[in-house]
Formats: sequence, structure tokens, C-alpha cells
Amino acid sequence: MFKIFKYSFFDMIRNRWMFIYMGFFLLVTTVLLMLSNDVTKVIISLTNIIQVLTPLIGILFGTMYYYSSREFIELLLTQPLSRKSVFAGVYLGLAMSLSLSLVLGVTIPMLFFGVFTSSALSTFLTLLAMSVVLSIVFSLLAFLIAIRYEDKTKGFGVAIFTWLFFGIIYDGIFLMLLLVFKEYPLEKLTITLTFFNPIDLARILIILKLEISAMMGYTGAVLQKFLGSLNGTILITVMLTLWTVIPFALMLRKANKKDF
Amino acid sequence: MVEVCASCEINNIETGLDTIDACDTLLINGGQYQVENIVIKKSMTLIGKNNPTLVSKSGDEILTLLADHITIKGITFKDVTTSYINERSAIRVKRKKHFLIEDNTIINCFFGIYLEHAKKGFVNGNTILGNATSEAESGNAIHAWYCEKIEINNNEIKGHRDGIYFEFVNESIVQNNHSELNTRYGLHFMFSNDDVYLDNKFINNGVGVAVMFSRRIQMFRNLFHHNWGRSSYGLLLKEIYDAELVNNHFEENTIGIFVEGSNRVNYKRNTFKKNGWAIKFSGGCETNEITENNFLYNTMDLVVSTQLNDNRIYHNYWSEYTGYDLDYDDLGDIPHFPVKLFSYIVNDVPESIVLMRSLFVDIINFSEKVSPVFTPKDVADNTPSMVIFENKADDYK
Repeated sequence: MFKIFKYSFFDMIRNRWMFIYMGFFLLVTTVLLMLSNDVTKVIISLTNIIQVLTPLIGILFGTMYYYSSREFIELLLTQPLSRKSVFAGVYLGLAMSLSLSLVLGVTIPMLFFGVFTSSALSTFLTLLAMSVVLSIVFSLLAFLIAIRYEDKTKGFGVAIFTWLFFGIIYDGIFLMLLLVFKEYPLEKLTITLTFFNPIDLARILIILKLEISAMMGYTGAVLQKFLGSLNGTILITVMLTLWTVIPFALMLRKANKKDF
Repeated sequence: MVEVCASCEINNIETGLDTIDACDTLLINGGQYQVENIVIKKSMTLIGKNNPTLVSKSGDEILTLLADHITIKGITFKDVTTSYINERSAIRVKRKKHFLIEDNTIINCFFGIYLEHAKKGFVNGNTILGNATSEAESGNAIHAWYCEKIEINNNEIKGHRDGIYFEFVNESIVQNNHSELNTRYGLHFMFSNDDVYLDNKFINNGVGVAVMFSRRIQMFRNLFHHNWGRSSYGLLLKEIYDAELVNNHFEENTIGIFVEGSNRVNYKRNTFKKNGWAIKFSGGCETNEITENNFLYNTMDLVVSTQLNDNRIYHNYWSEYTGYDLDYDDLGDIPHFPVKLFSYIVNDVPESIVLMRSLFVDIINFSEKVSPVFTPKDVADNTPSMVIFENKADDYK
């Protein structure tokens, strides 16, 4: 598995698109830092960008990568290798390289502006962790989709819809539910609904670091207790971990059963 | 002058008070004095030397001033316990004038300084430290009730119910005080008119300042910082008429200013930075002017629940403003609409706050901004400023 991972990882980081991806974050972070010297402000803007872009790039790039390396995977499968190690290796290579270019792209400019000595360090680290987790989750979803659909067009279609769903549609439905049932106590519903969307989970984790005041001001006691306390943070982290572990297991199962 | 100390001829304060004549000075030299309620009935000066401490023996009130022209200076008061029947305090001025309470330290007392029907006095440079945990069991640090023309300057207040409490207090000044970690309000006005408070710092209180049912209050250069949590405001205005709010700084409060039923209030040159809501208008506000303020990086700048009637918003600096200034007059050429659709929704369904900063919310905010349907069209700054206004209070932190 490690050998396949190594091969796939080095293959990826030599990819032109990886450099463009990293370059984009380098540029955006530098420009944001130049525009406003306030690191916290930059982190807010980056949160907005990252919560949209990393899932999109993760899912598109993942599908693309799977389809383009399909033949390579098939070749590997003729060798005496377990399916698990082949798929896990290829996937981890992709996820690692995606996360690496993202982390480098954001961290390098931040280093020059002294983020590690500023008070926003913990928020920044949360942001990094969140972007890595989102990359991992959405490239996993991409593999799941690409393994499921032989047809590339169909695969891409489903991938884009998945991104749209988690990025926009889900929150729309969420908000509508809240508005429709506003006469009822909504705290438990709100907490439950956030668990089923990794983007929401990641966003709330960052916001808890940034704007606890506004968050806590007007919500009910249950929500405040849950989100404001350490337990809330831990629970969100656990949920995000589940979001990486369960699709990973699913992906391996699917790959095991797939008839090539 | 008569001196009181442990090894002196007069070794307790009560005898000392009996011996001196009116308008004389009693000097209390260092050490600790266990006292019952001391009532002072003649004009005099009471000065502490080498930091003497008066400890309340039974937890009852320590000093009661029943004469005009009394000065209390440099004494430490301790341990007036909570009573649910009497409002016991370390120092009480009762129906008298021309008092000066200066440079005292009051530690762990139910009420600190209690001014009752007092007039024309000063409370300067005192340090008042309590350890209030709940509103019901704690008293106010400086409590003024039916007073006139008093001045409260340079005091350090921590851990009481209200830092400074004014009820029926007119023509008074509160200046340069530092009020922190009080369970209810940093400063509280009720039914008080023509007062001024300036250059104060209100940090980490339940609510920074609450001004209620008062007229002609002037608020200048105060700092409202970090009053956050559930139902926390920097400043609460309720039924306020003809007030002036100039050069104040609001930072990191859940709600910068919460306004309810207040008319003819001028908000000028204030800075609102990183608050959850900068200003939240509840119903019934008329003829207010909001001008030349800085709204910097608040989650939501303005919330109005009804029409804004004849309130005017103009010439403010909004960090969210995306317009341009082609004629270089430092005023934006297109109007700014500070009320976002999402703030409207949050008002309606508080739980929806968890969707803050999500892409969907950004999209509906944008579409609402392009063509307002739900948010009131008349709540707009038609001439937003392109430059940040200077504000002295910004440096206070």
C-alpha cells in the first residue's frame, strides 16, 4: 500500500494542476494579507473561500484523477496485490497531495505575516485542519462516485451535484425547515442537521473560534450550551472524523465488490 | 487634629469622634479596627494614614454620614455582609450635602458607597472590589438614589451587581471610571436626567451600560468592551429622549447598542468594531440621527424590526460598503443598505445563526442586496463615507 501511495503521491505533486491550486491559494492569501493587515480578518475571508473551493476542487479533482488513472488501477489489480491496498494507496496519494498544496499555499504567506506569534494562531490552525478535512472528505466522495459510475459524464454530473448539494442546497433546505417550524423548539433539530453536512460542521468549528459572541447572543440555551462548551467542539470533531472514516470504509468495500 | 491608633491615647474611632469638634480632622493611623456601625453627626474630615482598615464586626453598615461637609479619605473598608432586608453599605451618605469620599478601598462589601438624597458631593478615586456571583445576592458598588449634582470620578469597580447605579439622580457627572466584571450593569441609569458620563471603561459586564427612562443624558468617549454572552449589550437604551452619544467605542459586544423606544438621540462619531450586532433597533424609535460612525467588521451592522420612520442615517463609514466614489468627494456615489436579509431571518428564527457565513446565506444576502424585497428599502445610508472617522476612544483599549 505504501509503495502505491508513494507512487501516486509523487505522480500527483508533479501534476501541473496541483501547482496551479497551490499558486491560487498563495496568491489569494498574499493579496488578502496585503489588503488588510488584520490576520483575523484574513482568516474570515479565507474561511469563505475555503469552504466553497476545497470541496469543489476535492470532488472534481478526485473524480478526474480516478477516471484518468483507471487503467493504471486495472493494471495494478492484475498483480498479486489486495484491492484494499491498491485503492487506499491511490486515494491517500491524492488526498495527501491535495492537502499539502492547500496547506502550503495558505501557510507560506501567513508565515511572513507572523501568524505563529499572533493571537489568531489557534483559529488559523483550526482553519488549516478544516480545509484538510474537507479535502479528504470530498475526494473520498469523489472516489465513491467514480467507482459507482463507469460513465464519466454521469460521474462528473453526480460529483458536481454532490458539491452543490452540500455547499448550497442543504443549507437552503436547512433554513427552510427552520423557518417552517419556527413555532417549535428547534435546538435539537439544528444540532442534528449540522451533523449531516461536513461543510457546515467545519464552518461552525471556525465560527466558534471567531464569533462566539454573535453566535451565542440570541440562540436558545440548549444551542448555547452545546456549541459554546468544549463538549460541542469535541462532538463536532468526532463527527468530522466519522465523516472521513465511514466514507473511507465504504469506498474500500465498494472497490472490493466492484466487477471490473 | 486628633489621632487614633492602637498605641495612642485614644485607641478607638468612636471615642475619637466624640472628642473632636465640628470641622476638625480625625486621623486614623494604620492597623485594623473592628467596628460596629459608626454614625458621624458633625462636619469633619476623616483621614486614614498608613492604610487603616475598618472591618465590620457583625457585617452591618460601617460608616453613616449624617452631616454636611464630611471628607472620608484613604481608608479601607471590609466585610459588610449581604442582607435581604437592609441595603447595608460601607459608606452611606444620608440626606446631606458637600461630601468628599476619596481614595478609599472597599473590599468584599454588600453595597460600596450608598448615596441617599445626597447633593453636591464627590466620589473620587476609590477602589471597590466585590465578589458577586449572582444578581440577587449582590449589591451595587456606587449606589445613588435621589441625588443631585454629584461627581463620580476615577473609581475602579469590580465584581458587584451594578458598578454605578443612578436612580432619580440629576445633573451629575460620571467620569474616568473603570467598571469591570459586574454581574448586571457596568453603569445603570434609571429616571435620571441631565447627566453626563465620559471617558469611562465598561469591560466584561453583563451589560456595559443601561440607560433607562432618562432624558438628556450625554455619553462621550466611553469604551464598551467585551460585554458578551446571552442577552449582553454594550449599551442598552430604553425610553431615552434627547441623548447625545459621541465618540464612544464599542468592541466585541454581542450587541453594541440595543435601542428600544428612544427618540431624538444623536449617534455621532462612534466606532463599532467586531460586534455581533452593532446597533439593534427595537420598536418605537423616532427622529434619531446616526451619522459619521465607523462600522467595522461587525457580523451584522444594523437591525431594524419596523420601519425606520424619520430616523436618519447618513455619512457613516461601513467596512462592508462595496460602492465607489467617482467624484472624489469622499462620499460613496451609491447608497449602502446596512440591513441584510440574513439578519432579518436571524431576528425571526434565532437558531438559524448556525448558518452564518455559509455560501447559501451569502447568496441570498447578495440577491436581496441587488433587489430588496424583504428588507426595508428606506433603511439606507445614501451618502456613505469612504474614509474612517477619527475617534479618540479608539485608543482607550
